[in-house]
Amino acid sequence: MSADERMIPCSQAVRELWDYLDQRLSPEEQADVERHLAFCRRCCGEMEFAKELQGFLASHGADEIPPDVKEHLERLVEEL
Amino acid sequence: MRTSRKARHDRSPPAEDETEADTKQAFERLAKESIPRLFGLARRLAGDGAEDLVQECLMRSYRSFDSLEDPQAGLAWMQRILVNAYRDQLRKDSRAVPEVPVEEVDEFSLYRTLAEEDPLPYSDSLHVDFLHSFGREDVHAVLMRLPEIYRAPLVLRYMQGFSTKEIARLLGAPLGTVLARLHRGRKHFEKELWGYANEADLLQVRAPR
Repeated sequence: MSADERMIPCSQAVRELWDYLDQRLSPEEQADVERHLAFCRRCCGEMEFAKELQGFLASHGADEIPPDVKEHLERLVEEL
Repeated sequence: MRTSRKARHDRSPPAEDETEADTKQAFERLAKESIPRLFGLARRLAGDGAEDLVQECLMRSYRSFDSLEDPQAGLAWMQRILVNAYRDQLRKDSRAVPEVPVEEVDEFSLYRTLAEEDPLPYSDSLHVDFLHSFGREDVHAVLMRLPEIYRAPLVLRYMQGFSTKEIARLLGAPLGTVLARLHRGRKHFEKELWGYANEADLLQVRAPR
């Protein structure tokens, strides 16, 4: 197996999944992860779940502000 | 499009009172539009201290409103001020700086844990259904269980969409440190999701009807 076809272990692939999804890996590292995913079903599951978790976090970014808090803060702005 | 106070000065300076009134009005408009988003960010960062943090942000923003060059970027400018204020609060509070030993956290995989424990045996899509069992307040409670040094990068990157470079600048930490904390923050988050789901009985088995 040549250097550019090396196989990384599951532990490394999982560690790099989020950086892979964020496109923060070098082209070589990205190719390593893709090669691993092509044959490892469990890590594919990990990656799908990492995507789900990213969407989950993004969808819970903010809460409704309670009306009394909003009113209080708006009054503060007017009095500045 | 509204021009900045500086830009207006460069052309023909209006009467001083008028300029001040315009500036105050422009600030009020920006601040009131931004309050809901600022509160959302503050609550994710500081929990119960959110309202105080937004107040501090509003006062700082008002004092330095002249430095806002691009009014279209007003919300992002205020978000940065809020994160700065949060960082200053952490500095003052010496209890808030523990770097946690997390070897076992590094190895935790929520995906594998769910597959092995199978807490929702009637589910066809276990992992997704697990996440759907969390309400908004549950997610907030899980975030509050994370040490601050991990929570802040996680919130800023994945909930608010800041770039990692911007986060490094905002938190005054090297990029490598931010990336390492993001990694551990994700692992912590996964582990706390699992712990919370068990403690709060989110996973009561329901047989299909």
